Amino acid sequence: MLQVNTWIVRGSFALCMVLFGFAPQQVALAKVENDTVYLGAAISLTGKYSTNGAHTQRGYDLAIEQINAAGGVSVDGKSYQLAIQYYDDESTPARGAQLAERLIQQDGVTFILGPYSSGLTRAMAPIVEKYGIPMVEANGASISLFQEGYKYLFAVLSTTEQYLQGAVALAAETADDGEGLRIALAMENDPFSQDVRTGVISDAERYGMTVVIDDKLPPELNDMSATLAKVRALRPDLLVVSGHAKGAALAIRQLADGRINVPMLALTHCDAAQIIEKFGEKAEYALCASQWAPELTYSDELFGSARDFATLFEATYDYAPPYQSAESAAAVMVFADAFERADTFETGAVRDALAATDLSTFYGQIDFDDAGRNIAKPMVLYQVQEGEFRVVYPAEFAEAPFLHPTPRWSDR
Amino acid sequence: MLENLQLLFDYPFLGGDLIANGLMIGAIFALAAFGMALVWGVLGIINIAQGELVMLGGFVAITAAQLGVPALATIPVAAAVLFIIGWGLYRIVIFRVVDRDLFVSLLATFGLSIVLQQLSNEVFGADVQTLETGLGTLFLFDGQIVLPEIKLVACGTAMIVGIALWIFLKRARLGQAIRATSQNARAARILGIDTDRVYAATFALNAALCGAAGSLVAMAWTIHPYIGLPYTVRSFLVVVVAGIGNIAAVIFAGLGLGAMENLAGFILGSEYQIAFVFVLMVVILVVRNLLLRRKRDYLK
Repeated sequence: MLQVNTWIVRGSFALCMVLFGFAPQQVALAKVENDTVYLGAAISLTGKYSTNGAHTQRGYDLAIEQINAAGGVSVDGKSYQLAIQYYDDESTPARGAQLAERLIQQDGVTFILGPYSSGLTRAMAPIVEKYGIPMVEANGASISLFQEGYKYLFAVLSTTEQYLQGAVALAAETADDGEGLRIALAMENDPFSQDVRTGVISDAERYGMTVVIDDKLPPELNDMSATLAKVRALRPDLLVVSGHAKGAALAIRQLADGRINVPMLALTHCDAAQIIEKFGEKAEYALCASQWAPELTYSDELFGSARDFATLFEATYDYAPPYQSAESAAAVMVFADAFERADTFETGAVRDALAATDLSTFYGQIDFDDAGRNIAKPMVLYQVQEGEFRVVYPAEFAEAPFLHPTPRWSDR
Repeated sequence: MLENLQLLFDYPFLGGDLIANGLMIGAIFALAAFGMALVWGVLGIINIAQGELVMLGGFVAITAAQLGVPALATIPVAAAVLFIIGWGLYRIVIFRVVDRDLFVSLLATFGLSIVLQQLSNEVFGADVQTLETGLGTLFLFDGQIVLPEIKLVACGTAMIVGIALWIFLKRARLGQAIRATSQNARAARILGIDTDRVYAATFALNAALCGAAGSLVAMAWTIHPYIGLPYTVRSFLVVVVAGIGNIAAVIFAGLGLGAMENLAGFILGSEYQIAFVFVLMVVILVVRNLLLRRKRDYLK
């Protein structure tokens, strides 16, 4: 009898551990004070991502302001205002993870907006998953984030492998479906750029193109002359460079200084590198990947069109919105939409509502697949034409024809 | 790797181009390494914040250019401003660690490097910045070798500064005091040399050299608050290879390192460029040790 009792006690204890200890908490009370619902965000206000951290925060703030001005979110017949509790993650993943714990455990926040960068998102994702707290992020594009089976992570942006696939497609259009075109890759040796590389290579193979240069640039990159010497010798049809802002700046500067002719150059992070402002004519004809552009024809009821968002943002913050701000604003809109559809702030229900999102926004259509990625919005490609970024891809959004090939330096 | 070697054979001009560009990169390493050699030799400090001084020089040059100083004139401006900053850093931090254990000075300068990074991030922002010179490109051997003129300016500056430094240390009163202090600080003090002032001047001179290097980096490449480490590593390597009392050796080691690094980056792939630098350092140290041993055996 005693033995049976012991088993019952042990069994009940194990069951309790499973139910309350290790399993994600399905029911958590949202942080609501005076009819204001708090979202939490740890973003990079200092450290190496501080510029993009500021873009992220402004996107979040502008969306919150607009939503509140329009009456807030209506849940269970009552209107609630939204607010964000911010922390500075100092651009370090370890700090980001600590702050996610703090937001959830100490501050009682039950909805998290993502940080800036894939690295920080990767640090925070396991924490929100552990507590069963939904996180909608707008600045972690690495495909590897969505291969972990996370159930509480949702991303409004296109994932990394899609960044420069458009450039490969455009190159293919220039010559007999791309068969036999030669591609050179100069990609930083970090998770982001290597994901971009994977996407480009898989598409290049599909079109029957050959990769003639495949260099991995060191993260502490300060010179590209060894790679560019190869480009000068092998004369590829397309040069693809991904190395954050410093990679874009170095590529433009060193290609021009070395008078190296490339028929087509595709980059990431052109706007962060300010290639037009800094390099002027040297940047002409470069193709740049972007998550969003004010020229796109998307619209919603809150902000109006993509152009309206850009105008409002510029009037508020005195500079044109980078795509990081647009996608961050969209992340807040996704939460607001999920609250209203779930009609409760109970985290499990909000999570399910998020998973069922199908929302039209100024930033593009948002529809998550099972892994939490937004699969409804394509990447766009700008080309620098006469000192301006002009959308040239995809065709339905193109505001100018793609200029190809880039003239030789001697003719410019 | 083999296909890269094949490329070098197929396009013989490439080797020349890589070496020429590498030499120019090496000149900037040499400039930063002069200062590290001085500080190491005189104060007995390995300055981990060396790259951050280069980075600060770059930002000072960009700021000066925004205020209307012509691009090339920012080189002396950055050097002068960094001289003052270097003097200040000595008076605030460095003088406390001069006679201490090497480990203490490593930690102190490491801390200094983090402070300088974060301060620059606050003041100048985290963005990548550049400085346009309007200089053109030089085509040699019928366009086979292409050299941006700014890199030639960098190389020329390094040479001139190297020679000037050598003359300064040989002839100038302060230069002689610096040499005396580095040979025996105690004896120098007994003979009436204000060694504290010599230390301050040496560290400030180091900062000025880094400032000049930084403005060249901003003109030839890019600057952002976290760019310091490669310059610290390279100048450390150059000094380890060249020794701390030989300016000519620093120039040759700097130029050689730049050229070999560029060639290695081409042949092995950019991802192995830094690994190559460190393997090279180990090889040079081992070979030098063997040669020295032979000399020691002979002396026995």
